[in-house]
Amino acid sequence: MSGARTDIVLTVEDLRVVLDPSGIEIDDGVSFIIHEGEVLGLVGESASGKTTAATSLLAYQRRGAKVAGGRIDIAGTDVLSLSRPELRKVRGGLISYVPQDASASLNPALRIGDQLLEILNEHSFGSSQAERQARLLEMMDEVLLPNDRAFLRRYPHQLSGGQQQRVVIAMAMANRPRIIVLDEPTTALDVTTQAHVLETVRHLTSSYGVSALYVTHDLAVVSCLVDRIAIMYAGRLVEIGPRADLFTGAYHPYTRRLLAAIPDIHATRPPRGIPGSAPRPGNRVAGCAFAPRCDCRIDKCATELPPYAGPDADHQVCCWRWEEVGQGLSVIAGEELVFPTTRVEEPCRSVNNVVVDVRNVTAFYQRKEVLHDVSTTLCEHRCLALVGESGSGKTTLARCIAGLHQFKIEGAIEFNGKPLARETRGRTSAERQAIQYIFQSPYSSLNPRKTIRQLLAQPIDIFFDLDRDGTEERMVQVLEQVALESSLLNRYPEQLSGGERQRVAIARALVAEPSVLICDEVTSWLDVSVQAAIIELLVHLQGETGVSMLFVTHNLALVRSIAQEVAVMQDGRIVEHGVVDAVLDDPQAEYTRLLLGDTPTIPADCRI
Amino acid sequence: MSLEPEVTSAEAPISVSRAPRRREWVQTLVEAWALRRTKVGFVIFVILLMIALFGRFVAPYTPTEFVGRPFSDPSAAYWLGTDFLGRDVLTRVLHGGLSVFVLGISATVIGTVFGVSLGLVAGYARRAVDEAIMRVLDVVLAFPSVVLAMLFVSILGPRLWLIVLMVGVSHMPRIARVTRAATVEVVARDFVRAAAAVGVPRRKILLYEVLPNISSPLLVEFGLRLTYSIIMIAALSFIGFGMQPPAADWGLMINENRIAIITQPWVLLAPVLMIGALTISANLMADGLSRALVGIDRDTAQA
Repeated sequence: MSGARTDIVLTVEDLRVVLDPSGIEIDDGVSFIIHEGEVLGLVGESASGKTTAATSLLAYQRRGAKVAGGRIDIAGTDVLSLSRPELRKVRGGLISYVPQDASASLNPALRIGDQLLEILNEHSFGSSQAERQARLLEMMDEVLLPNDRAFLRRYPHQLSGGQQQRVVIAMAMANRPRIIVLDEPTTALDVTTQAHVLETVRHLTSSYGVSALYVTHDLAVVSCLVDRIAIMYAGRLVEIGPRADLFTGAYHPYTRRLLAAIPDIHATRPPRGIPGSAPRPGNRVAGCAFAPRCDCRIDKCATELPPYAGPDADHQVCCWRWEEVGQGLSVIAGEELVFPTTRVEEPCRSVNNVVVDVRNVTAFYQRKEVLHDVSTTLCEHRCLALVGESGSGKTTLARCIAGLHQFKIEGAIEFNGKPLARETRGRTSAERQAIQYIFQSPYSSLNPRKTIRQLLAQPIDIFFDLDRDGTEERMVQVLEQVALESSLLNRYPEQLSGGERQRVAIARALVAEPSVLICDEVTSWLDVSVQAAIIELLVHLQGETGVSMLFVTHNLALVRSIAQEVAVMQDGRIVEHGVVDAVLDDPQAEYTRLLLGDTPTIPADCRI
Repeated sequence: MSLEPEVTSAEAPISVSRAPRRREWVQTLVEAWALRRTKVGFVIFVILLMIALFGRFVAPYTPTEFVGRPFSDPSAAYWLGTDFLGRDVLTRVLHGGLSVFVLGISATVIGTVFGVSLGLVAGYARRAVDEAIMRVLDVVLAFPSVVLAMLFVSILGPRLWLIVLMVGVSHMPRIARVTRAATVEVVARDFVRAAAAVGVPRRKILLYEVLPNISSPLLVEFGLRLTYSIIMIAALSFIGFGMQPPAADWGLMINENRIAIITQPWVLLAPVLMIGALTISANLMADGLSRALVGIDRDTAQA
């Protein structure tokens, strides 16, 4: 991993990618190398230019983007200078690509065996059809899938998400490439499936000497897979180094804050968000792009781009103060946070301050039963986390409580002792006001044709009898609660970042002064640094307003930082229910243990 | 928590992709205007509209005045000749556009209002209501619209309001379909659910949450339907169900003078060209709008 090595497979030098007519830079001077059999993790938040850099390795740019400079060399081939027919040979031969969404990249009309054979034929693998058939079966073995005829005759929709992704990986591996580019291949998958796919990738790279570039936004995912990590921010590499060094002794403040923002099951502190959001292409500044969000910036940061430097040739940093950061300069200002679990000892089911009581609820989606006899309780001033993989029924349960479930429900949902109607239209205005729902995607939950003022005015107009000034005052006040400026009132959602949009969505729920707040995967669309900031906000708001909260998530690692109680769901049933510390430290249900085991974590010796 | 960076990022010019935020349909209009076809269509449309509105004031005669021998050739006295009764063709062309515009636009408006309403309700309600509305509209769609109009006109007599209504009704199913398809897509988004969750009445959800989000496809559809309205009104006039003699109307003029198609083509050519130009201009505008909407000609530099 360290020292001078000669077996370099890939060299990227000063790669610059720009948008075509405007010349706005997406990637600005990205350089790295990958050795034979090595896995490099390219980590960055959304719009950091990581995918653009990754697809450039195949000399592919999405519409409107073009390479403005730099050199890419794969095993002696200068990729950027190739003609189209030559590129066809290189792509899928020398270097191959695994996209994020496997289901979208497989042809739904072709059997998987035929699709796999197609790529072998395309590149004239081996010398005979028999040899290709043999290779096909071998490939299935390599990605740990069954290779019987029946399986190969299946269509993509007859496979699970994880199997589809492994078929795509098999296609990428078909012609024994020197390097394989994996673009967030597990982002769309559940943790258990993700663990299997990661296992497959690890197996392939170590057994067949294939190098890999693993693009991801999630440091925890790559922590046990990659050899080296490159951190991207706003189109530049800010730090690149061996995995262990980066986790235990990062030199860039952004790397450290990114590590601090990752929720971790074993962590002793809640994750800390990074205030603000990353600049989009076109809004990037002259100096260090991270400077506006950095707690240890100096004047020089805003004007001058620091050169790459570092403790050794293998570990390079782009920061003026890297040495101080390395020596333990604190990168996070402000006081320490504690887990909310430290405030409770026992489950509240015995206590009589139950706000929402779900009793033996069975719910249907069309005619299919998706919740089976579920019972749970939400208590005053508490936060209950509802955890499960996709399809476990957690969102259905949350929607049943919120009155947004459109199909049949059996059983009773009581609010302060009174049964709730199935749909919001059947409920009283007071009930609608008391239970507020925050949706998963802030890109979908805010009407793009309304200003923030109009969005916030809606619940105020419905629930309160306020005049114009009163409404305005209330809006400013609630924006302050979610840490947004009142100048945002005249903007449209499109003009805000994802984190800001989610804050507006939270403000819209808060403005109704609810007693129950239902948060449905509210951070799953956000970058990890923004996710942590939203969690901090929700914890703070819960403490301030005393609202009861139902926090729905697929991420077990988030639970400890926000909830006092947790219910684990599987296939429409609650399999475990209890106080967070008890459930996470000593899980009783087999399924909880499985989930805990598959949740990726950052190494325990990680220093922040 | 420090707020400063959050605010800085919000106050900087936002995305690369778009100029300052405008209402969606305004944005579509602006983008459509950048295309040459839209400009050409608009210019032709405005010229024809001007002729229809103000042509009557410059007309050399009155439209029902007998000025010469029937089917006279064009001359200095009557530039486009005379028609089958000896009336001045130029005068009648200058007078005959207004009815085409008024009837065409009102029929399109009627069709759009009803079609959009039904489409919105169908798309939002789904299930039984949706099925009921859409299948009834399918029945309307199954009738050739001219036949449907003829049926009612022959029962109730050639009344203008009836013509307008029938043309509007014949547009309804298609407009409703477009609206419904767009509505279904918008209704699936969470903000509609969010509005329902705080108890916004259905009517207001449709008007204020859904409608502004589907305005662009409707704008395109309106332009397209306008073309068809003009053609249908002219066609109905031609077969004698629209404007009645002695009114000056482009469609009617073609019908009245068709016997002279070989001997005196000027009389026919003038109204035919007017109707043709009008439909082409409306079509060009609709096409420009739809291209702007889909983004075919848009700058590819979208991040």
